[in-house]
Amino acid sequence: MPDHQPEPGGRFPLTRRSMIAASGDADPEVRQRAWEALVTSYWRPVYKYLRVQWRVEREEAEDLTQGFFVQALEKGMFERYDPARARFRTFLRTCLDSHVTNERKAARRLKRGGGQAVMSLDFGGAEEEIARHGASQELGLEEYFHRELVRALFGLAVEELRRRCEDSGKPVRFALFDRYDLQGPDAPERPTYAELAAEHGIPATQVTNELAAARRELRKIVLEKLRDLTGSEGEFRSEARHILGVDPG
Amino acid sequence: MISDAALRHLQEVADLPDLAGTPYEIRETIGRGGMGTVYLAWDQDLEREVALKVVSLPEEGGSVTERMLREARILARLEHPGIVPVHDVGTLPDGRVFYAMKRVRGSRLDEVARTAPVPERLRMFQRICEAVAFAHAHGVIHRDLKPENVMVGPFGEVLVMDWGVAKTLAAGADAESTPPAREPSPLTPLPASRPSFRERGTSTEAGTVLGTPGYMAPEQERGEVGRIDERTDVWALGAILGFLLEGSEVPRPLEAIRRRAMAAEPEARYPDVEALAADLSRYLAGLPVGAYRESFLEGVGRFVRKHRTPILLVLAYLVMRALLLLWLGR
Repeated sequence: MPDHQPEPGGRFPLTRRSMIAASGDADPEVRQRAWEALVTSYWRPVYKYLRVQWRVEREEAEDLTQGFFVQALEKGMFERYDPARARFRTFLRTCLDSHVTNERKAARRLKRGGGQAVMSLDFGGAEEEIARHGASQELGLEEYFHRELVRALFGLAVEELRRRCEDSGKPVRFALFDRYDLQGPDAPERPTYAELAAEHGIPATQVTNELAAARRELRKIVLEKLRDLTGSEGEFRSEARHILGVDPG
Repeated sequence: MISDAALRHLQEVADLPDLAGTPYEIRETIGRGGMGTVYLAWDQDLEREVALKVVSLPEEGGSVTERMLREARILARLEHPGIVPVHDVGTLPDGRVFYAMKRVRGSRLDEVARTAPVPERLRMFQRICEAVAFAHAHGVIHRDLKPENVMVGPFGEVLVMDWGVAKTLAAGADAESTPPAREPSPLTPLPASRPSFRERGTSTEAGTVLGTPGYMAPEQERGEVGRIDERTDVWALGAILGFLLEGSEVPRPLEAIRRRAMAAEPEARYPDVEALAADLSRYLAGLPVGAYRESFLEGVGRFVRKHRTPILLVLAYLVMRALLLLWLGR
């Protein structure tokens, strides 16, 4: 079975294949799309890590984030990743630390990507998140980066779940999930299944089923995305266990 | 935007197994391990609590799934009071394999052993030996025996758990029709009354190290899969015996039993668990043990300790008699 199948639009989706592996593909289009996917998943943890752990000012953090990913593409940084030596997130963070040190030393920040947006990244939204979660400086570098990566991963997965629910004509499923699983943990009182059933005019048993289906789909999406973002089967399994709360064996 | 609380909740619910179509309802998480998570669940059909072991990730035909299924099948064929029974096995809608087993109440051996008196610890050890010997008689080598894998119930009952890395040996009678094993296992000759066993094809690749450091026999630590047999478990049992005796003054015969069980070469160990348990029984009965050659004085001392009451009675009689004779002779 080929690694990627043609889409109706002519582009090759990178499904069932790690984006990290695809970032070294011979086809420049595949390589570019893998890079874009990695940026989409990682820019938020990278930016927050620079702001909170490196205590970099907002403008400099934006430039460093953009510059880091531009350099990664130009120098083929992701292609150099060796799954046998470290987890991808550890590799990425180490590269990021080196990047910041080098950029600051050489004062080349503005020359490379400084002030020039390579992708439209919602830095304002990331700033709001930092403000809402606090500095979290009690966490170590690795833990902070990992937590933000998990948050970004689940954020993307929830968006994907919303899209799939809408596409399949099941908006109630996502609405229930949003109320109970996304907003519920922060609400003074989480709504009961009976209350949700009354709100949507459905039986309580359907609430149970819809939530179970949404969670099942969420888990599937998280695992799909994680597979894209890890460099080997071993790393995928280890990260999945870690992220889903299971101790690595 | 996902808050910290929502993130923790999502991680939790995404990990929960989807039990749609099964009679089970999850109550709480009991424990997590490398292969999967064990939940306390309610069986709505039979109205009883069960322990549900669910593999962490779906992986059709993968090694973890295969091991879970093997573990369930192994447990299903080992009906013994010292081995937890399996009720059900299946695949969840999300592709994860699970099996339901009896809910075991109690504490792990490593948590309770130190507080129990030594004779009680030795009795627990004998029960572990009984369960392992039963498994060996059915062609199953545990390969990961350690105090953490033994549960002690409130009435002192002992259950050997976690058979996930167990090795199955095909019975000699069936072996003729079994495809040639990848790694034929040189096994200790067994008594004629018991079938001989050889390894089945579903086992571990040579060089793979499975087990726990400190409780792995040397051949297991070196990944010599073909040399693993009953004596590998005998070594681990010796290590458990050592753990149980830690912190107490260990009599020489008992120490000799532990040393013989943990001999570096399998040939120097007890040939099977029954032999180890029998030697321990002899020690508990005050008889000489096979693992230790005692001196004449030690033999006398042991004889005196074993027969203390009758010896004291005879001595008392003799003293009384001597005193009576002395009194009569005046």
